[in-house]
Amino acid sequence: MLKLRIIPTLLYKNMTLVKGVGFDSWRRVGSVIQAIKVYNMRMVDELIFVDITATRENRKPDFELVDDFADECFMPLTVGGGVNDIEDVRRLLQVGADKVAINSSAITNPGLVKEAACEFGSQCVVISIDCKKNNGKYEVYSHSGTQPTGLDMVEHAVEMEISGAGEILLTSIELDGTMKGYDLEMIDQVVKAVNIPVIASGGAGNYEHMYELVSKTNVDALASASIYHFTEQTPLEAKLFLKKKGINVRL
Amino acid sequence: MNNVIVIDYDMGNTDSILRAIEECGGNPVLSNKKSDLDDASHIILPGVGSFQKAMENINSLEIIDSLEEQIFTFKVPFLGICLGMQLMATQGAENGVTNGLNWINGNVVKFQQTEKKERIPHIGWNEIHLKEPNPLFEGIESGKDFYFVNSFHFECTDKSNELSKTPYCGEFVSAVNKDNLYGVQFHPEKSQKFGFKIIKNFLAL
Repeated sequence: MLKLRIIPTLLYKNMTLVKGVGFDSWRRVGSVIQAIKVYNMRMVDELIFVDITATRENRKPDFELVDDFADECFMPLTVGGGVNDIEDVRRLLQVGADKVAINSSAITNPGLVKEAACEFGSQCVVISIDCKKNNGKYEVYSHSGTQPTGLDMVEHAVEMEISGAGEILLTSIELDGTMKGYDLEMIDQVVKAVNIPVIASGGAGNYEHMYELVSKTNVDALASASIYHFTEQTPLEAKLFLKKKGINVRL
Repeated sequence: MNNVIVIDYDMGNTDSILRAIEECGGNPVLSNKKSDLDDASHIILPGVGSFQKAMENINSLEIIDSLEEQIFTFKVPFLGICLGMQLMATQGAENGVTNGLNWINGNVVKFQQTEKKERIPHIGWNEIHLKEPNPLFEGIESGKDFYFVNSFHFECTDKSNELSKTPYCGEFVSAVNKDNLYGVQFHPEKSQKFGFKIIKNFLAL
């Protein structure tokens, strides 16, 4: 049986690992290479790397930096931030990304998703969607949560699946970094609307939050950052907790 | 010293494979030159991407004859990983029907959901069940998890080429073997301890 994946997210600015609350108030939380080494040793299921300032600063991903990170990663690796065109996708895959996450460019240039899926296969195209609830509806935001797009979350997710996306990384902007628990309704809406895997992100503060989401939705993976940076909780303990509750995880 | 040729045909994660081979004590060389293939102790065909594009790239390199000479005449151990395993098939059905290398009879077809909660692509850790003991899986018990990321799978015409199966969308072939040809649908280079064991086993062939 396919296992639920528990994924630490590493957000970075240059070589520094950072974490914010609600996509703001960024704090330094350590070195990326150090974190990768620890996660390697602990055999985590997968890692997600996001360069949080690339798109806002209108620059390309730092391929050499990703190359250095990837050389240390003997686990599956998704890389995002600043992915603008097909060459960015190609270079990231070349330097060691297994999957590439596209966020803002999937909105401004939907053709990119189709092109990347045709060239490299859907399985390596992750569409990252950041959302906030406005007037009862979930709206998609781009540029690291700073720009409202007017797009409806479910419609956008379905359109991305049709364009060839292989996976969706869904983040609640409001709950991100709060450790108050996941937005179950948000995640459930997307999980029900698409047939590709969905990675839920934003809000996990303890293992019970994870169990609650997994028991109430068909989500495929849980990505979190704060819980691992700011508490003593670990991906391995999360899996042990979930296993006891009858969830299929890899141990 | 072994001389592991990793075929360079512009189809994805070669860096990860080279790193993993080094970690496993191998001496990898990324190449698409006949002169390098002639000195190969082992050959690995990696691959991430579409079947059709991969065949287009590999055909344009004009190395298939050299590859076949090494594999069939000199019996050099060969390992296809993910798309690299699928390319050994007769035909692939990704973006229309494309002829494969036709080294192991069979077709590569898209997963069909057997229940709603099964999502495609098949992404994540899933177990493999060995049909019989094999040197590639030496020291690895049936039921261990490996990392998969694929939308298509290999259907062998000759069931004796099936090496392992994995439960998803019913059940699919997750590793193949025919003489010195091996293929794994999962990514050993990303499957940590047991993945590295597979690479070490391959290098020992």
